[in-house]
Amino acid sequence: MKRTALYDEHVKLRARLIPFGGFDMPVQYQSILQEHEAVRKAAGLFDLSHMGQFILEGDGVAEWADRLTVNAVPTMKPWQARYNIFTNERGGAHDDVIFYRLPNRWLLIVNAGNADKMWKHLNDNVGGSGVKLTSLHGRNALIAIQGPRSVAMLQPHADVDLNGLKYYFCAEGKIYGKEAVIARTGYTGEDGFELFVDGADAPEIWTKLLVDNAGAGLIPAGLGARDVLRLEAGMPLYGHELTEEITPLQAGLGWVIKMNKPEFLGKAALEEQQNRDDYPRIVGIVMDGRAPAREGYHVFLGEKRVGEIRSGSVGPSVGNKSIGTALVEKEAATPGTDVVVHIRGTAYGAKVVELPFYKRSYKIGAA
Amino acid sequence: MAQPEGLLYSKEHEWVKIDGDNATVGITDYAQDSLGDIVYVELPKIGRQVVQFASVGVVESVKAVSDLFTPVGGEVTEVNAGLENDPALVNREPFEGGWLFKVKLSGDAQTSGLLSAADYESFTKES
Repeated sequence: MKRTALYDEHVKLRARLIPFGGFDMPVQYQSILQEHEAVRKAAGLFDLSHMGQFILEGDGVAEWADRLTVNAVPTMKPWQARYNIFTNERGGAHDDVIFYRLPNRWLLIVNAGNADKMWKHLNDNVGGSGVKLTSLHGRNALIAIQGPRSVAMLQPHADVDLNGLKYYFCAEGKIYGKEAVIARTGYTGEDGFELFVDGADAPEIWTKLLVDNAGAGLIPAGLGARDVLRLEAGMPLYGHELTEEITPLQAGLGWVIKMNKPEFLGKAALEEQQNRDDYPRIVGIVMDGRAPAREGYHVFLGEKRVGEIRSGSVGPSVGNKSIGTALVEKEAATPGTDVVVHIRGTAYGAKVVELPFYKRSYKIGAA
Repeated sequence: MAQPEGLLYSKEHEWVKIDGDNATVGITDYAQDSLGDIVYVELPKIGRQVVQFASVGVVESVKAVSDLFTPVGGEVTEVNAGLENDPALVNREPFEGGWLFKVKLSGDAQTSGLLSAADYESFTKES
């Protein structure tokens, strides 16, 4: 199992480590629910160094990447970040990613579990494009600070104006004097920043942020809290709401797909799916009681099985209701539909709802 | 947390407090700590006859579903109704307010195969 640059810090903090995406990663430090609460009310600090970091260079990057993904790449401005999805020829999701456009290069962040697959996919398709690919996977670190107090906690130690950094934009600057790409992005539904730094600098930045902000409520947060936060915020997790078989259209990510692009891998399949409009789709599920909905549980409309749970958790920010996502037939996908989830042989009532479950109550950045 | 004396323990990390032919069952501090934040407890129905060491319910944390085994056999006489709205009580007070269910013991030898506090302490250190 590989280790991130922050592995020793996790051990010192007595984190519970699990294998994830090829790395030993902290699933929790003290309590998933306490870490969740810190991110919603103050801020949490995450080690996301397991995620794949690739550098793309060359004049043709935008046009090249545009043909492999559903969202628009060439319209990105310098310093802009954009969520995107690499598709296969069937329109299924090869990976969901974020592109960051820097003045002289692009940073592409891919899921840890897809990093090897994506590295191969990029290399298989790079021929003739003039694009140069470099992998920083496992070498560079990624530290995320997420929560409404992120600006106040990070600003004293950063040399760029964080309030002036718009949501889904980034800057190059220094954190505690160490070079970093500072991006106003995240996966929690809160304001926050993702810091791309050299692995050698990561332990110092991590430790100083925790020490300097302990009084303000910053605590380390693990992958367990991150999963609850992203589910409440209605954000897909690859392998659950998006897979090689589940297309972005099915995942409710139609807004990401730019059908007016002349061509991209999987476009024809997605167009056909959109026109037929008969596909199973991802919906939000709220259970009537507290029984947790777990991945794989069957979902019924009356007596008919119409799908299965893809993610589930308690939702601390939605009154501790039992929430989840399900992939269901169109006939069961209308919000307000009453469905039944089978748990250990017993039928439990549930309702189909719109995503997200949780929306932050404040604006991010100087928009 | 030390294991309270006067209780018996199972290798599945349940505790049982026996008072005459009545037994109170819960999970240990070690168990709740391993599970993490408990969000749901499914307990046996009152009146159900349960066999020692059988699976009688589940304890669910944010991340996982764990079977709940009964350390003693008999008839279920009471369940901890407070856990329905506050399952985290099992985390906060595993040996007290977070008890799970009560059993009226059936016959003899219902404590065979259970461990003393000291033996359970050693058992958790080996595992």
